[in-house]
Amino acid sequence: MARYRLVREMDWPLLTIAMVIAAVGILQIYSATHGTGWTGAWWRQCLYVGVGLAVMWLVASVDYHTMLNQAPIYYWASMAGLVAVLLLGREVSGGKRWIPLPGGFHFQVSEFVKLVLILQVARYLSDLKGDHPQARDLLKLGALVGLPAALVMKQPDLGTALSYLPILAMGIFLAGLRWQHVVALALIGALALPVGWHLLKDYQKMRLITFLDPSRDPLGSGYQVIQSQIAVGAGGMWGKGVTRGSQTQLRFLPVPHTDFIFSAFAEEHGFVGVLVMLGLYFLLLMQVVQNAQVAADRAGMYIAMGVAGLLLFHLLVNIGMVVGRMPVTGIPLPLMSYGGSSVVSWFMMLGLVHNVRLRRFGI
Amino acid sequence: MVELGARKVYKDFPETTERIEARQRALRDDPKIASGRIAFFQYLALAVFLFLISGFWELQVRNPEIYSERAERNSIKALPVLAPRGKILDRDGRVIVDNHSSFSLILSREHLKPENVPIIAAGLDLDQGELERRLHRFRTRPRYEPIIIKEELTPAEIAFVEAHRDANGLPELELVHAYRRLYPQNSLAAHVIGYVGEVSEAELNSPEFIRYEPGDVIGKAGIERQYDVHLRGVDGQRQVLVDNLGRERRVLGFKPAIPGKNLQLTIDLDLQVVAELAMEGRKGAVVALDPRNGEVLAMVSRPAFDPNKFATRIRPGDWKELVSNPDNPLLNRATQAQLAPGSTFKPVVALAGLESGAIDEDFRVRCPGGATFYGRYFKCWVKGGHGVVDLHKGIVQSCDVYFYNVGNRVGIDDIARYAEMTGFGRKTGIDLPHEAEGVVPSSQWKMRMFRQKWYAGETISVAIGQGALTVTPLQLAYAIGGLAMGGVWYRPHLVKDPARREPPRVAKINPDHAVKIVHGMYGVVNEPGGTAIRARIPGISVCGKTGTAQLASNQVLKNTKLGQVLKDNAWFVGFAPCESPEIVVAALWEGGEHGYLAAPIVRDVIKAYFDKKARLRRALVAQATPRFGPSPEAMPAAGP
Repeated sequence: MARYRLVREMDWPLLTIAMVIAAVGILQIYSATHGTGWTGAWWRQCLYVGVGLAVMWLVASVDYHTMLNQAPIYYWASMAGLVAVLLLGREVSGGKRWIPLPGGFHFQVSEFVKLVLILQVARYLSDLKGDHPQARDLLKLGALVGLPAALVMKQPDLGTALSYLPILAMGIFLAGLRWQHVVALALIGALALPVGWHLLKDYQKMRLITFLDPSRDPLGSGYQVIQSQIAVGAGGMWGKGVTRGSQTQLRFLPVPHTDFIFSAFAEEHGFVGVLVMLGLYFLLLMQVVQNAQVAADRAGMYIAMGVAGLLLFHLLVNIGMVVGRMPVTGIPLPLMSYGGSSVVSWFMMLGLVHNVRLRRFGI
Repeated sequence: MVELGARKVYKDFPETTERIEARQRALRDDPKIASGRIAFFQYLALAVFLFLISGFWELQVRNPEIYSERAERNSIKALPVLAPRGKILDRDGRVIVDNHSSFSLILSREHLKPENVPIIAAGLDLDQGELERRLHRFRTRPRYEPIIIKEELTPAEIAFVEAHRDANGLPELELVHAYRRLYPQNSLAAHVIGYVGEVSEAELNSPEFIRYEPGDVIGKAGIERQYDVHLRGVDGQRQVLVDNLGRERRVLGFKPAIPGKNLQLTIDLDLQVVAELAMEGRKGAVVALDPRNGEVLAMVSRPAFDPNKFATRIRPGDWKELVSNPDNPLLNRATQAQLAPGSTFKPVVALAGLESGAIDEDFRVRCPGGATFYGRYFKCWVKGGHGVVDLHKGIVQSCDVYFYNVGNRVGIDDIARYAEMTGFGRKTGIDLPHEAEGVVPSSQWKMRMFRQKWYAGETISVAIGQGALTVTPLQLAYAIGGLAMGGVWYRPHLVKDPARREPPRVAKINPDHAVKIVHGMYGVVNEPGGTAIRARIPGISVCGKTGTAQLASNQVLKNTKLGQVLKDNAWFVGFAPCESPEIVVAALWEGGEHGYLAAPIVRDVIKAYFDKKARLRRALVAQATPRFGPSPEAMPAAGP
C-alpha cells in the first residue's frame, strides 16, 4: 500500500481524540506531580506518547493477516517474557512486574500481552468452521487466556490478570454463544469464586473487603478509596482549577499521576470536566467499534472489538474505582495514566484498529 | 443446512462447488453476522458510561459540600501510638533503665498555617528557626504524617495547647502519650547503657538505618544501640475523625503499639554501684568479668555523662559541652581507652618467657637498680635495686630489670605472639559498639606501620608494658582472667542469653607455667614486699598485679612542659580466688601515679562480690534448714 494512502486513510477522528486524551493526561500528570519527587514525569510521558505514535504507525502498516499468521510466535514469546519477569523482574512494593531496561526505564511485559491475546483470540475464532464455538473451543480459548493470566497473578498483579478476561469474553460473545454455555460458564464462575478467594493474597482480599466497606480499613486500601471520593467530591461542578486541588496537591490522594489520575482530574476540573473527558472516551470507544463494523472480515472485526472490549473494561474498572464503585485493583487509565508500558501498549492497540481500518476493502 | 445439501448436489461439478464454498466462506467471514452483538456492546458501553457518570453526579453535584468540607479540613487524622522501649534489667532482674509516661506535642502539617509558627514557637519555648528547619526536614514526607515537635511537656505547656483549641486557635497541635527513657541518676553505668536520640539525617542516608524513618528515636550508643532492634517496639496508629476545631469525634481505627522487649544484662547492680563509688572523682575505668563464662559483672568509665539529657532531644548547649570537654566523657574508657598497661603486662611477658623456653623457672637476674641494653641505660623502679630476683620475686616486687632481661631473651615477636594469644591487640568481641583494639607491637607491625625494621632496644620497653604497646581495661581483665583460668578465654558479653552460649577460646599452656605466674600474682597481694598489699582481703585469696604506666618516655617528658601535667596512669588487675577464679577486675586510674593506689578499687569490687555471695549463701541456708520441722502447708494432704 502506498504511503500516501496510509496517511489519507488514517482514522483521523480517532487519532485526534486519542491525542487530546493523552494531552490532558500529560497536563494532569504535570499538575499532580509538580513539587514532588516525580516532577519530571510529565516530560517522560510526552516521550512515551511520541514512542507510542511511532509504534502505532508500525503496527498499522503490517497487514494484520500476516500478524495473525505469526500470532502463535508472539504468544509463546510473551509467555517466555512473563516467566522471565517472575525470574528476574525488579521487585517494586511487593510485586515483580517490570524488567529493567538500560537508561532507567522499565518494561512491563504484562501490558503488551494484551495485544498478543487480542490477536491470538481473533485468530482462533476466525478459524472456526461452525456457527457456534463448541465446548471444546471454549476450553481451548480459556486455556489460551488462562495461562498468561495465571502467570500475571503470580507477580502478583490481580488487576492486569483480570484485564485479560474481557478479551476472552468479548471474543466468545461475538462468536455467538449457546445459552447452555452461558449457564455453564456462570456456574463455573460461581464455583470458582470461593476457590479464587483462597488464591488471593491477603492485601488483595483486604482490597475487596474494603471495596464493600471502605471504613473497615480507613488507613489501608480504604484510605485510598475514601481520599479519592473526597477528592472527586471536592471538585464540585466546576473544579478547583489546574494545580489547585488540595487533595491532590497536599498528597492525600495516593498515586495521583498513575492509578488515581482521574480523581485528581475530577478534583481540579469538576463534573463538567469529567463529562467532557468521559465524552471523549465514549467517542474513542465508538470510533473503535465503528472500525470493527467496517472490517473486511471476521478476523478484523474480532481484533477491533477486542480492543473495544478491553478499553471499556479498563474505563469501567479504573474510573469506577475512582468514584468508589469498583474495588482498588491498580490498573491504569488508558492513555492518561503515567507509565510507558501502558501508554505505548494502548497506542499499539489503536494501531491494530487502524490496521483493520486500512484493509477494510480487502486490499 | 441448505448449503450443505447443495454441496452434495453439485458434487460432480467441481467448478461450481468451489464457487459455492467461496460463497460459504464469504458468508462465514462476513463481519456483519455479528452486527447485532456489536450493537449490544454499544448499548452496554453506554450503560457503563452512564453508571460512571452517575457516580460523579453523586459525589460532585448531589452533595459536593460534604466532600469539599471534608477536603478542607480532611477530617481523618492519623496519630501515632508510640511504643515504649523495652526495659533494661540487671542480672537479678532489677530495673536499670525504665520508661516514664509523658506527653509529646505533635504538629499535623496538613492543618498548619504558616502564620502560626511564631505563635507556637513562642508559646512552647521553642526556637523558631529550629522549628522551621525541622518542618523543612520533613518536607519529603506525606503531609498527613504528623511530626513530634516537643517532648516532656510541662503542665503549663499542656495548658497552652488546651487553651488554643478553638476556632481561631491552633488546630495543628495535638498531644500524644509518649514514653521517655528514664536512666539511673548519677550516671550509673552510663557508658554501658548508652542513650537514645532521634535518628539523624546522616544516619538515615546510610544503609544500616534503612528501616528507620525521620523522627524515630533510636539507640545511639552502648546497649541501647547494640540491641536497638530488640529494645524498640513497633509504633501503632490511631485514626480519628476530628471536627474543624481539631477535637476528636470518633475513633475510626486503632492499631496498638507493640512494646519493645526487655533486656537482661549480666551487670550486677551491687558490684556496679561499688565500682562507681570507688571511681568517684577519678578519671579511668573499671571492668569486672566472670572468667568462667565471660559475663561482665560491672563496667565503669569516668568521667561520665548524664544519659537523661539525651532521653528527650538533647539541648545543643549540653551537647557542645559534652563533645568539647577535654576529658571526653562520652568515651567508654573501659572498651575504648587505649593506653600502655605498664607492669600489669608482666605476667604475659613471664608467660611468653616460660612457654617459648627463653627462660626456665630457675632463671635469675641480679638487679642493681638498672641495666644497660644496646647502649642505653634502663632504670628499675626501685632505685637501690632488688638484689637477686627470680620469677616469683620478679612478679611480686615487679622488678623491671628482671623483665628487661626476660623480654630481651624472648624477643619482640614471641612477646607479641603470646600477647595476642591472651587477647591483646584485637577486639574481645564484647557486645558494645566501637570497641577499640589496642596495639601489640611486633617487627611485622612496625614494618607495616612505619616501613622500618624493629630495633632490639625497643623490646626492652615493651617487656615492662611500655613502648608502643596499648591495651584497653577490658582487654586486660579478659587476658588476665583467661590466663588465671589456665588458658581459657570466654568472649565478654553484657546480655544474658543462655541460648547463645559459645565455646571459649582455649590455648595450650603448660599448667605448671600458669600456676607459677598465678602464684606470683598471689604474692603481689599477700606476701611481704608485694606491691599491692592494699588489695588484700582477709579470708579470700586475691591475686593481682599493679602497673604504673608512663604516658610518654621520660626522655621526651624532660624536654617538654607537659612533664608536669602528665602524671603516670595507675593500673591494677586482680582476680579471686587464686586457684579457681570467679571474678577478675581491671582498674585504670588515669593520673593515679602509682599502681598500688588503684589496688583498693579492685579490692572493693572483689570484696563486694564475695560479701554478696556469702549473704546469699546464708539466706539460702536459712531457707533450706527446717527450724521447727516441716511447716503444716508442706505436709501431704491426708487421704479420706
